[in-house]
Amino acid sequence: MGCEDLLSSYLTSEIVNMVLFCKSREAEVKRINKELANIRSKFKGDKTLDGYQKKKYVCKLLFIFLLGHDIDFGHMEAVNLLSSNKYTEKQIGYLFISVLVGASSELMKLVIQSIKNDLMSRNPVHINLALHCMANIGSREMADALGQEIPKLLVSGDTIDAVKQSAALTLLRLLRASPDVIPMGEWTSRIIHLLNDQHMGVVTSATSLIEALVKKNPEEYKGCVSLAVSRLSRIVTSSYTDLQDYTYYFVPAPWLSVKLLRLLQNYPPPEDPSVRTRLTECLETILNKAQEPPKSKKVQHSNAKNAVLFEAINLIIHMDSDPNLLVRACNQLGQFLQHKETNLRYLALESMCLLATSEFSHEAVKKHQDTVITALKTERDVSVRQRAVDLLYAMCDRSNAEEIVGEMLEYLETADYSIREEMVLKVAILAEKYAVDYTWYVDVILNLIRIAGDYVSEEVWYRVIQIVINRDDVQGYAAKTVFEALQAPACHENMVKVGGYILGEFGNLIAGDPRSSPTVQFQLLHSKYHLCSPNTRGLLLSTYIKFINLFPEIKHNIQEVLRSDNNLRNPDVELQQRAIEYLQLSTVASADVLATVLEEMPPFPERESSILAKLKKKKPTVADPTENKDHKMPAPQVSGGNDGPALQMPITPPAGGSADLLGLEAQPSAPAAASASSAAFLVDVFGDSAQPTSNGLDPLGLTPGAEENVKKFVCKNNGVLYENDLVQIGVKSEYRQNLARIGVFYGNKTSLQHSGVSSRICLKLPVFVNKFIEPAEMNAEAFFQRWKALSSPGQECQKIFKACFPQDTEQSKQKLLGFGVSILEGIDPNPDNFVSCGILHTRNQQIGCLVRLEPNRQAECVQPRTQWLRQYAHCWKASFEAASKTMKHLLSRTNGREDCGQMTKCKECVDEAWYVSDQAKPAFRRGDGCQKGEFIMVVI
Amino acid sequence: MLALEAEIRFILIQNRAGKTRLAKWYMHFDDEEKQKLIEEVHAVVTVRDAKHTNFVEFRNFKIVYRRYAGLYFCICVDVSDNNLAYLEAIHNFVEVLNEFFHNVCELDLVFNFYKVYSVVDEMFLAGEIRETSQTKVLKQLLMLSSLE
Repeated sequence: MGCEDLLSSYLTSEIVNMVLFCKSREAEVKRINKELANIRSKFKGDKTLDGYQKKKYVCKLLFIFLLGHDIDFGHMEAVNLLSSNKYTEKQIGYLFISVLVGASSELMKLVIQSIKNDLMSRNPVHINLALHCMANIGSREMADALGQEIPKLLVSGDTIDAVKQSAALTLLRLLRASPDVIPMGEWTSRIIHLLNDQHMGVVTSATSLIEALVKKNPEEYKGCVSLAVSRLSRIVTSSYTDLQDYTYYFVPAPWLSVKLLRLLQNYPPPEDPSVRTRLTECLETILNKAQEPPKSKKVQHSNAKNAVLFEAINLIIHMDSDPNLLVRACNQLGQFLQHKETNLRYLALESMCLLATSEFSHEAVKKHQDTVITALKTERDVSVRQRAVDLLYAMCDRSNAEEIVGEMLEYLETADYSIREEMVLKVAILAEKYAVDYTWYVDVILNLIRIAGDYVSEEVWYRVIQIVINRDDVQGYAAKTVFEALQAPACHENMVKVGGYILGEFGNLIAGDPRSSPTVQFQLLHSKYHLCSPNTRGLLLSTYIKFINLFPEIKHNIQEVLRSDNNLRNPDVELQQRAIEYLQLSTVASADVLATVLEEMPPFPERESSILAKLKKKKPTVADPTENKDHKMPAPQVSGGNDGPALQMPITPPAGGSADLLGLEAQPSAPAAASASSAAFLVDVFGDSAQPTSNGLDPLGLTPGAEENVKKFVCKNNGVLYENDLVQIGVKSEYRQNLARIGVFYGNKTSLQHSGVSSRICLKLPVFVNKFIEPAEMNAEAFFQRWKALSSPGQECQKIFKACFPQDTEQSKQKLLGFGVSILEGIDPNPDNFVSCGILHTRNQQIGCLVRLEPNRQAECVQPRTQWLRQYAHCWKASFEAASKTMKHLLSRTNGREDCGQMTKCKECVDEAWYVSDQAKPAFRRGDGCQKGEFIMVVI
Repeated sequence: MLALEAEIRFILIQNRAGKTRLAKWYMHFDDEEKQKLIEEVHAVVTVRDAKHTNFVEFRNFKIVYRRYAGLYFCICVDVSDNNLAYLEAIHNFVEVLNEFFHNVCELDLVFNFYKVYSVVDEMFLAGEIRETSQTKVLKQLLMLSSLE
C-alpha cells in the first residue's frame, strides 16, 4: 500500500485538505468537530466495526489529537486493536495507547494483558511492538507485572537480534520506573557478555542498559570494563570497511564508541595492566586519527570522528592519570579553538574548562590564553563567549590573574546582559583569590561597580568592605580611591555605599590632604544623599555619626543635617530613628563615650567567600578555581547582622538575616522600650503557670537571666534574647507552616575583641508552639459549631488570671495577632470578648485552634486606677492538649526522652512549647559560645 | 539511590511557524508542561542563525538541533551528553526518513505520522540510541511495510 492509498484510506483527502489548509483555526475546529461526531457515531452505532474500520477511526482520532485537539474517546477501541493479529491494526492500537493513554489509566490492566500475550506470541514483530509500548510508557505497574520476563528475552539464545535490542532498552526503561527489576546474580555476567555480541546493534543497546546498571551497582557489574575496552579496541583499530553497516561517513561505529567511552567513565582507570595498556592504546589511536587527513570533506565525517574524540578526551580527563594523554588532549583542543566550525570552537572551550582543573594539564591550557581572550571578544554566538568566560575563570591562577581579570573587566563594558552578573561574580572571586597586592583588588572591585554597578550584587560590595577592614595596608588607599571615585558626577549607588562605609571608617586617613578635608568628604557624600534609596541613606547617616567621632570639627554641620526635617521627620521609620538616635547620641555622649561607641570596626573572622557560594548557587557546575591549586588567602569573613558602618555596639536585633549580610534591608526595628513592657504584659497573659525558676543555675541548667527575655518572644519573632555586660544575643526568626528559620546574633558590648576567651551561656531558644500557628478566618456559625464540637476534656483548656496592666483593647489585639491567631470580629455576642482562630502546623497534621479571651470589665469599673489587676477568662480550646500530646509522643520516639525532666514538668500551653524547641535543640549546639549562624529547623 | 534519567529527554520536529510535526517524550511531563516546552524550544532555536552552534543551553538541559529546509529537528539531552554524537544522530535519522519516504518533505511527516513513530522507535528507544545502521533500520521498516 503506497502513500497515496494510505492518504485516501486513513485520512480521507477531504479531512486532510480541510485540516491542513483550513483558512482559520475556527474553520479547522468546526471541521474537526464534525469528524469527531462522525467517528463517535461509528463507535456507538449498532453495526460492529471490523478491524480495518476500527483502525481507520482510531488512526483518525490520533491524527486529530496530534493536530492539537482534545480526544476523550476511542481508548477502548484502541485497546481492542491490540488483540488483532494484523500488524497495522496492532501498531495503531499500541501507538494510540503510547501517545494518549496515561500510565495511571484504568485501561492499563487490559493493556498489560495484551502486552503479555504478545510477548508470549513468538512472533518477533508482535514482541517488539509490545516491548516498544512498554519502553514508551514504562510505568511501575508494567515493571511489576512484566519486569521478570524481559531479562529472559534478552539473553535467550532463541531471541532474534532485533528483539534483544528492544528488550535491553525496555529493561532499562523499567529499571527507571522500578528499581526492583535489577537483574542480579546469574544475569549479571550474561548481560555483561552482550558487549561481545556479534550484532553491533545489540551491543549499542546493551551498552546503555549496562551503563544504567553500573550506575546502580558498580561493584556487581565491574566485569564490564575489560569487555568494553576490548570491544572499543576492536572498533578503533578496524578500518572503515570492516564494519560496513555500522560505518558512518568513514567512521567506524561512532555512536557505539561514544557509549563505550562513557561507560568507562563510571570506573577509575582499569587496574589490570593489560586492560589499562589496551585502553591507553585506544585513546592514543583516537588522538592519532584526529591528526590524519580527513577521509571526506563532509561535515558528517568530521562530526562523527570528533564525537568520538571529545568523548575520549572526557575519559582522559576523568582518569586524570596520564600526563602525556592529558597534554595531547589539550593540544588537540587548542587546534579546535581556531577551527572554522563554531561547534568545534564551542566544544573545545567547554572541554578545556575541565582540563584546566587537572594539575597535569593546567599549564598546557594556559598556553591558549590569548586565543581564548580573542574568542571572548570576537565570537558571534553568546553561548561561545560564555564558554570563553568559563574557561578564563578556570585557567586563572596567580600568574595570569591580573591579565585575565583586566580582560574580563574590559569585556564587561560590552558584555551581554545575560552573562553580566555571573561575570561580575567571577571577576570578584578571581580578584580576591589571586590578589597579591590588595590595592589592585580594591581597584578591580571599584571598577566593577563603575562598569556594571547594576550587576554587582550585595555579596560583592560587602566583601570588598570586609577585606578593607581586615587589611591595614590597604585602608588608606581604599579611602583615597573611593574618594576619587565619588568625584564622578554620576556614580552608581553601590559606589556611594562602599564609599560611605569606607570613608566612615577610614576617612581620617586622607583628611590631612586639604583636597579631602573632613568638610570636603562630608559634602561630597552628602551631595549624593538625596539621590539615594532609603537603604543607602541609612548607611550614610551611620557614616555621618562616625564622622562626628572622626572629625569633631564638623560636628555642627552634621548635626544640622540630622536635625533637618528631611531626616528627623522622614516618613521612613528607619531613617527617622537613625536621625533621632544619632542626633541624641552626638548631643549627650562625651567624646570618650563617642570614641568607644563609634570605634573602627573590628576585623571580620575568616570564612569562605559568600560570593563563591553565590556563584555556585547560580551555576552548580562551576569549579572553585582554587580547589586544586596553590593559594590560600586570609579570607575575611562575612558577618551576620552588621548594619551599615555599624556602630560598634550591639546591633538592634532585627538587623537582617544572615542572607542579607549587612542587614541593610530597612527593617522597622521595634522600639526597644516597647518590648520591655510587652514582655511584662505577656507574663501577665500567660499567668503564673511558668514562673521562671532562675535562682542560680536552675533545674534546666540555664544561665541566670536566661529566661528573663524569653517570654516576650511568645508574641514576637525578633528581639534581644539575653544580655549581660559583655554580650548581647539577639534572635531573629521566621516561621512558615511547620518550618522555622532562626538566626542568632551576637553583639560584643565591650570595646575589646573577644578572642580565645570561651564563656558558656546556656539559653533556651524561644521557639514556642504558637509560632507554628497561622491565622485562619471563620464565620460565627462555623466558629461556634466547632467550638461546641471540641468539648472533651483533652481538647479544652481554660484559665482565669489577673492582669498586671490596665487592659487596652488595641494592645490585646496586637498580642493575639502576635500570638499567631486571627482576630475575628462580630462573632461573639459580647463585643468585649476577643475571638480568634488559627491553624497549628506540624509536619504530619494541622490542628485547628480556637481562642476566646474574655476581659472582665466590672473590676475596672469598681476600682479604676488603683487596682491594676484585671480579671480575664482565658479559654483555650482544642489545641494544645491535642497538639502537645502528639508532639510528646513523637518526641519520645525520636528523642529518646532526653531532657525528660523538662518535658514532664509542664502542663500549660506555654510550657508545651518547650518541647518544640527542645526537639530542635541538638541542631543549635546550645551554649556553644559566640558563634554566628543561621539554622533551619524542622519541627517534628 | 542514583536517579536514572534517560539520555534523551525528548525529540521534537517543528516547522518554522512552530507547528509540531513530531513530539516524542522520554521523561514524564504533564500536558501543560509539554506545550510550554514546545513553545520555548521553538523560541530558542528559531532565533539562531547558521553561524551559531547547533547546541543551546535550555533550562537545565541542552538542545542539540539541526535545521533541514523549514524543519527543525531538536533533541533535548543532558548538558554533559555528547553534543556531536546527537547532532549526527539527528542527521542519521533524517537520512533514514529521506530514504524511506523517497525525498522526505514536511507533508510526509504529517500524513504518515504513524510510520514516523515506527522509524523513531527503531532508532531511539527509552531515550537511548537503539540502532544506528541505516541499512538495518531500512530493512526492518521495509519488512514492516510488507505486512500492511
